[in-house]
Amino acid sequence: MLTSYDDAVAGTADGSTVMVGGFGMAGMPVELIDALIRQGAKDLTIVSNNAGNGDTGLAALLAAGRVRKVVCSFPRQVDSWVFDGLYRAGEIELEVVPQGNLAERMRAAGAGIGAFYSPTGVGTPLAEGKEVREIDGRTYVLEMPIRADLALVKAHVADRLGNLVYRRTARNFGPVMCTAATTVAVQVDRVVEVGELDPESIVTPAIFVDRIVPADLVAEEEVA
Amino acid sequence: MSRDKHQIAAAIAHDIATAHPDGAFVNLGIGQPTLVADHLPEGSGVVLHTENGMLNMGPAAAEDQVNPDLTNAGKIPVTELPGCSYFDSAASFAMMRGGHLDVCVLGAFQVSQTGDLANWHNGAPDAIPAVGGAMDLAIGARSVWVMMTLLDKQGRPKIVPECTYPLTGVGCIERVYTDLGTFEIVPDGVVARDLAGTTHDELASLLAPVRLLRP
Repeated sequence: MLTSYDDAVAGTADGSTVMVGGFGMAGMPVELIDALIRQGAKDLTIVSNNAGNGDTGLAALLAAGRVRKVVCSFPRQVDSWVFDGLYRAGEIELEVVPQGNLAERMRAAGAGIGAFYSPTGVGTPLAEGKEVREIDGRTYVLEMPIRADLALVKAHVADRLGNLVYRRTARNFGPVMCTAATTVAVQVDRVVEVGELDPESIVTPAIFVDRIVPADLVAEEEVA
Repeated sequence: MSRDKHQIAAAIAHDIATAHPDGAFVNLGIGQPTLVADHLPEGSGVVLHTENGMLNMGPAAAEDQVNPDLTNAGKIPVTELPGCSYFDSAASFAMMRGGHLDVCVLGAFQVSQTGDLANWHNGAPDAIPAVGGAMDLAIGARSVWVMMTLLDKQGRPKIVPECTYPLTGVGCIERVYTDLGTFEIVPDGVVARDLAGTTHDELASLLAPVRLLRP
């Protein structure tokens, strides 16, 4: 369970779909992304709320030329110059998804739901070509689950089993991403012994987590 | 005199507090709608929701309060109020779609006379599309209000017979607060009230063929 940044992303295949947590930089797993850049996987599809901020984290992965497509709700921001440049040059594909549908499509994947009808986006360009159905007088659009090969998530504290708590609004997409990927790698500020987290306060139960990288033990060179 | 953005925000804050005397769960869209928070009366009981996963969000953080893990939907550092709670994105958007928010205030490029909203895409072919939570908010909150100037930079009305920009939501807007007045979307047309620096007749000819009604 406890491992290093590099081992946490080892084995990522070219062409993988990778979920990246964070709302802007809050909750962005920067060190895991840096490890993925070192690992070298390319032709990736990234699922994230944004498409990178500044020059670090997701923006650095995009700048390294490893990403074929971004699935996100809000790529354009004041500091999204890396994505903006690639998009305008025609070097990256974009699928814009309303933020709630993005979260719910991941939730559906993690919860074993085959698809769901959402009222969000009905009658807009983002629902074009999708099945529409009226239920009890309201119109809905059929949305499909989004699952990934790998999720990179940042949480605040883990125990050695992989139970997670987050910090403030850095939680955002972390919990649903943990449920929706084949392999889930989580970087945390520190790790505690089993039993030290209040069971009533655990946000992501360990069943959803595969690899934990604790920044405190990495700093002390206790994980290789 | 037309209303400036602070006066529009004050009018919205007043109407929220009047319509919900026992408090309300409110989401303020990024940009000008965030000004509404500054005008809520003391003890209004309004709880602010932010789409990135928080209720009872406090004001913007002072320089010595900035925490990179605590931001609003516009990625501005904010603060906690007593009774605040945190939740993940799926729960945050369930609050919208599930009809749990009382009021949402959004900016707009255009609102149609039937309450269609266009606020996410300016229609330019080279624009980078970005929707964020706008479509979920537009159809989710029980009352969705717009705060905008009535005219665009070219002087064209933004309340229109039919939106020409790509839609955010269909028939979702109940009320539009502008510098020149407040507009209720009703089945027969658009009711104008609280006119500022203009007359009903002037507005009626400006907005035609939209059917402008008196309160």
